[in-house]
Amino acid sequence: MAAKAPHISLAGSGALLLDGAQGAAFSDATQELVWAVANAALALAGVRETVPGMNNLLVLFDPLTTDADSIGEQLKSLWAGVDARAVVGTHHTIPVTYGGAHGEDLAGWAAHCGMAVDEVVSRHAAATYTVAAIGAMPGFPYLSGLDPRLSWPRRSSPRLKVAEGAVIIGGAQAGIMPMTAPSGWHIVGHTGTRLFKPEAQTPVLFMPGDKIRFTVAGIEA
Amino acid sequence: MIEILTTGLPNTVQDLGRPGHLALGVSHGGAMDKEALATANLMLGNDAGAAGIEVALHPFRLRVHVDTTVAVTGADCAVGIGDRPCPPWWAMTIRAGETLAIDAPRTGARSYIAFVGGLDLPPVMGSRATDVKGGFGGLGGRGLSRGDRLALNPVQCRFPAGGIGAALEERRDAADGFASAIELRVLPAAEFDAFTPDAQAAFTGSEWTITNDANRMGYRLAGVTLSLLSPLELLSHGIVPGTVQVPPSGQPIIQLADANTCGGYPKIATVIEADLWRLAQAPIGARLRFLPVSVETSTQALRTILKRRHDFVAARNLMAGRLRPA
Repeated sequence: MAAKAPHISLAGSGALLLDGAQGAAFSDATQELVWAVANAALALAGVRETVPGMNNLLVLFDPLTTDADSIGEQLKSLWAGVDARAVVGTHHTIPVTYGGAHGEDLAGWAAHCGMAVDEVVSRHAAATYTVAAIGAMPGFPYLSGLDPRLSWPRRSSPRLKVAEGAVIIGGAQAGIMPMTAPSGWHIVGHTGTRLFKPEAQTPVLFMPGDKIRFTVAGIEA
Repeated sequence: MIEILTTGLPNTVQDLGRPGHLALGVSHGGAMDKEALATANLMLGNDAGAAGIEVALHPFRLRVHVDTTVAVTGADCAVGIGDRPCPPWWAMTIRAGETLAIDAPRTGARSYIAFVGGLDLPPVMGSRATDVKGGFGGLGGRGLSRGDRLALNPVQCRFPAGGIGAALEERRDAADGFASAIELRVLPAAEFDAFTPDAQAAFTGSEWTITNDANRMGYRLAGVTLSLLSPLELLSHGIVPGTVQVPPSGQPIIQLADANTCGGYPKIATVIEADLWRLAQAPIGARLRFLPVSVETSTQALRTILKRRHDFVAARNLMAGRLRPA
């Protein structure tokens, strides 16, 4: 089935935003198309960067050597015709200590979901998550695949500091903090796995299309 | 070697940033006023992207421990080298043991200091710019502190005894202290049509004030409340510096050099790249106005900047060719 054409808008004179969702809920199939177009578009003359978002794609180009109309037409063709076979990502296993001082929202999460603490933990660790996109801060993974019964709307006011390694829940999405930063997501656990090493050859641990499983290293009251 | 004597943590090592890593969540970063840093470097015969210092909190003082040449650009400040005053947008030699002092700006907000050869720091992800949020680049990923010492790349420089200066045409209106509101040229962004006609008219028809919540990540503005036709839930998407978002409060945020690479708020407009320096030089409390322009105007403004850099290098090389090494 041909994908619905994306809505294309300007993001300044040197970038276009392709919206594949247009108000719809997140779709894994659309996301695979986003990854494929993001890779293919890097080969277009004048394109500088492609930035996959959640069912959308930001494409930066040199406005002095090409223009938005030309890039927009080429992106539409790619969107309609690119081979969006599933990306074969790396599998990662992330050990998590749930609750305790570094997972202070665990009890509140269980209460919100109407489940025992053990049950939210086992459901969180039972799912396989997909890295849909990396963004906001260096190495931060937007994870799809959260059990819908575990979703929890974001806090009304963000915390000014959420620690590196915090395992977090924001609405229907899961994530892990790559560095200490402000966040409005809930903190349900902690991992020692480092997600971002700026000096490394590959600075970021996860790439779009990677699969993640959480394992229970412990549950603290 | 240079030694920092007086500073604040908002002062950082910057170059022209590290584009190319947005998909890893890494901001472009770099100098907020890229033309000011680039011009300072070009005055010295450096590459436009050599690492220098961005001073956002004045006064600032440093001591040099070698003879070198420095250029100071950006905000209009009283600058002293040893006991000699240095005009704005000027490059001068400085002797080992002398201090460079930059006072609080008369107008503008950020000063840039470039050194012949540039600061000698290891590039991280292709740049020496400090990414404070990520804690990397520059000097250990942090702002400058008193007592910090930074090495300079040793480079010979041909330089006239009295120094040389630069004047950028579009900065003339900045010299009056932005007595009127600062004009920022904008292009409409993805959700422009999702705002009420009143909001669309007020966005470009009224004045905005930069609030205290203003830093390298972005500026929050105060003014008329901008409303959407109906509530909008957006999935997270990539954004560029200059993006004007409108959170549920209805008060816009302009995302800048160190902004998060993805956001979720509706976007009403994007400030054109050629005008981002005006924001870099706009202090807290400054008034802004948004002026809608065409893509052609935005592109032409960029072309003008690049041509000027090119002409500047040519002119400097012509002049330097007549000089003996310092």
